Amino acid sequence: MLDELEKGPWPSFVSDIKQQAEKGKHVLKEAPNDFLGVMELSFQDRVTHWKHGGIVGVFGYGGGIIGRYCDQPQKFPGVAHFHTIRVNQPASKFYTTKFLTDLCDLWEKHGSGMTNMHGSTGDIIFLGTTTDHLEPLFFEMTHELNQDLGGSGSNLRTPECCLGKARCQFACYDTQETCYQMTMEYQDELHRPAFPYKFKFKFDGCPNGCVASIARSDMSVIGTWRDDIRIDEAAVKAYVGGEITPNAGAHSGRDWGKFDIVKEVIDLCPTDCMAWDGKKLEINNKECTRCMHCLNVMPRALRVGLDQGASVLFGAKAPILEGAQMSTLTVPFMKMEPPYEELKELILKVWDWWMEEGKNRERLGELIQRKSWQEFLRVIELDPDPRMIDEPRSNPYIFWKEEEVEGGWTRDIDAYRKKHQR
Amino acid sequence: MPYDPSNPLKDRLTDLGPRYYKDFFPPVIEKNYGKWLYHEILEPGVLKHVSETGDEVYTVRVGAARLISVEHIREICEIADKHCDGYLRFTTRNNVEFMVDKKEKVKPLTDDLKSRKFDKGSNKFPIGGTGAGVTNIVHTQGWAHCHTPAIDASGVVKAVMDAIYDEFGNMRLPAPVRVSLACCLNMCGAVHCSDIAILGIHRKPPMIDSEWIDKLCELPLAIAACPTAAIKPAKTASGLKSLEVNAERCMFCGNCYTMCAAMPLADDVGSGVAILVGGKISNRISKPKFSKVVIPFMPNEPPRWTSTVDAVKNILDVYAKDARKYERLGDWAERIGWERFFGKTGIPFTHHLIDDYRFAYTTWRQSTQFKY
Repeated sequence: MLDELEKGPWPSFVSDIKQQAEKGKHVLKEAPNDFLGVMELSFQDRVTHWKHGGIVGVFGYGGGIIGRYCDQPQKFPGVAHFHTIRVNQPASKFYTTKFLTDLCDLWEKHGSGMTNMHGSTGDIIFLGTTTDHLEPLFFEMTHELNQDLGGSGSNLRTPECCLGKARCQFACYDTQETCYQMTMEYQDELHRPAFPYKFKFKFDGCPNGCVASIARSDMSVIGTWRDDIRIDEAAVKAYVGGEITPNAGAHSGRDWGKFDIVKEVIDLCPTDCMAWDGKKLEINNKECTRCMHCLNVMPRALRVGLDQGASVLFGAKAPILEGAQMSTLTVPFMKMEPPYEELKELILKVWDWWMEEGKNRERLGELIQRKSWQEFLRVIELDPDPRMIDEPRSNPYIFWKEEEVEGGWTRDIDAYRKKHQR
Repeated sequence: MPYDPSNPLKDRLTDLGPRYYKDFFPPVIEKNYGKWLYHEILEPGVLKHVSETGDEVYTVRVGAARLISVEHIREICEIADKHCDGYLRFTTRNNVEFMVDKKEKVKPLTDDLKSRKFDKGSNKFPIGGTGAGVTNIVHTQGWAHCHTPAIDASGVVKAVMDAIYDEFGNMRLPAPVRVSLACCLNMCGAVHCSDIAILGIHRKPPMIDSEWIDKLCELPLAIAACPTAAIKPAKTASGLKSLEVNAERCMFCGNCYTMCAAMPLADDVGSGVAILVGGKISNRISKPKFSKVVIPFMPNEPPRWTSTVDAVKNILDVYAKDARKYERLGDWAERIGWERFFGKTGIPFTHHLIDDYRFAYTTWRQSTQFKY
C-alpha cells in the first residue's frame, strides 16, 4: 500500500526511506526497511504497531530520549527497539552544511538514518536507535559537536523562536538571543524533569506570530512596540499609485483589481484609527492595537515603532485535558534586553507557584483556571489591568476578601436580634 | 578520548545547550542582522529581503516531508554547498530555505531544485509556500513512530498535499491557509488554531487488559487521569485488581492510555479523522481563534485517505471562491455565518458538532439573528 504514496507531486517520504535503505550508511542496517514494514502493516491493519514508551535515557538526564518499541519485534527485528532522540535545534534553524553533515554522520554511526526536520516543538529528531547506542551517541555529540539534547517529559521543553531580526523587518526584539539565553539559563529544568507537566516557551518577534506562541506555549513572548508606526508618505503614495506591489506580492496569483488603500487598509483597520485623504496617510497611534495588517499590506511604507519590546502571555495548551487554551495577556509591555532579569524573575514566580500547587499533569493554563486569574496575579505580583480581559465579568459572584470589607466579617448575632425580631 | 563503556561518567559533558545560532548565519544575514527594511515575494516561493545597508538576500523556499532521511539531508547540503556557500535554514513549517546574496544566483538554484526528483517521480524540492497560498502541513508521527495515534500522519499529509499541490506553488487564495495535522488529541502538532486541521480521534472506549493492568500501571493514576471520572476500580473474576470504564461517560481523549499501557483504545474502524476549521494564530485584523469541528468523523482510508482529501479540497475550494481578499477561513465563516458555511460547503450539520464539554454554553447562539 505504501507504494501508492510514491506517486503524486509532493515529496514522497516512502521514496526517501527507500533511498536511505538502499544507499545509506546507517549502522542499523535493517532499520529503514523494517520501518517501512511496520508502516505497511499499520496501513493494512489501520492501527499503530508501536508500543507504549519505555524508560530509556542517558545518565543524569530525565529527558531528551523517548523509548519506543515495536509490537511485532519478531517480524521487524530491525526496529524492535527504536528510540527517539531529541536534539536541541539552533535558534530559528539556520545551519551550516558542515554541522548538518556532522549530525548525519553521527546519526548514521549510531542509528537508523531517519529523522524529523523538525519535531513539533522544534527539535531535530533522530528517529530510531537501540539502547546501547544512546551513551556513545551522547558522548560523541557533546564532545565532538558541542551539541546537547532537547527536552521531553515533565520538564522545560526545548524553547523555540521565529527567525526574527535575522531576516525579518517586523521583529520587535531579538527573538533568537532571548531564546538562546533562556535555553542556557534553564538547562537544569530542561534536562531534569521536576515540573508537574511540560512547560513551553516560544518567542514570536511580532503579532503575526510565526511560531504560534499564543497557541502553543505556556509562556508566549510576542514582540510589540509602544510608540508610533513609522510612515514613509512617499512610499504610501507609490503603493496607491501602483508603483509598488502591495502585500509584498503575497496576493499576486489572482487579479484582485487595482490596489484600493481605503478598502484594503483604512476600512479593515480593526480600531478604525487610520485615515487617508488622497494625499496623506494618518494613524492615530494611541488607538492602534498593532494587529500588523497595514504593515503587512504596505511593508515598504510602514515600519514598526522604535520603542520596542514584547507582550508576555501565559497558559496556552492543546486540548488535553480541560480543552484547548490560548495564552492570556499578562504583561502588556516588557523591554526585552539582556540579561532579561525582569522576564527571569517573572518565570521563577510562575514556576514556584505551579510546582507548589499544580497537580500531576496539570498545565499552567489549567492551574490558572482552577485557582483563578486573580490568584495568578497575586502570585506574580501584578496589578489587575483591563487589558488582561476581553470584558468584565457578567456575574456578580465576587470572592470578596474580609480585609476589603469595612468592619470585617465578624458580627454579633445577639446585637442583631436586639433590633430584628425572630 | 572515545567513549569508555566501563566508565560512562568519565569526562562527561552535560548542559551544553544548543549550538549558538550566530555560528550558522550566512555572511549576508550576519551583516544585516536587525537591519532589514522590507521584503517582496518575487514569485511563489522566492523572497527578496532588502537591508538598510543596501544588501539583498534572496530566499528560495521548498517543501519537505518532515520525515526525511540522512540521504535527503545530504542532498540538501549538496545543494547549499553548490549555490549558497554552505548555509541553509529550516522553517517552523518543515520547509527548507536556500538563501543567495545576488539575484543572478536565483535562477540556477531554482532550476537545480526543480530538476531533482525521487525515483518514482515525486518532486524532491517543490518551490512555494509563500503568501496567500497553502504552505507545508505541520504534522505529527502517526503510525510511523507513535503509540497513541488514531490516524497516520505522513501518509495523510502526502495524500492531501498531492491534492492541493497547486496551492502550494501559487498565491491565489484570499489569505494564507494553514493546514495542520495531529494524529490524536494530545496534539503534539497543536492544530487547535489552524485554518484547516486534520485530527485523529478515537470512538471506542479503552479495553482493559485485566490480567496485566495491575502489574503495568499505577491504578490510581489511571483513575485520576480521566477528566470525566469514567474510570473506577474493579476486580476480575479471579480476584485481580483491575479497572472498569463507564463507556457512556467516555469522550475518547485517550488520557488514560497515556497513563496506563493496559488500556489501549485505537481501533481499525473506531479511530479516524475529524476536520476542524477556522482557527488562526496571527493577530492580523481579527484576534487569534480556535479551530471548530465541522466534520466529526471520517474513516481511516489508507493509503490515500480519499474522504479526508476530498473534504479538505472541498472546504478550500468553497472558501477560495467565496471569501473576500484578506479574509482568513475563520473570518469568512464568521461573516457569512456558520449556517451558511454548512450550506455552501454541503457538509452535513449533525449533533456531534454542538459543544457539550466544559465551556459549551459559550458557543451556543443567544440571539434571534440567524439566516434562512
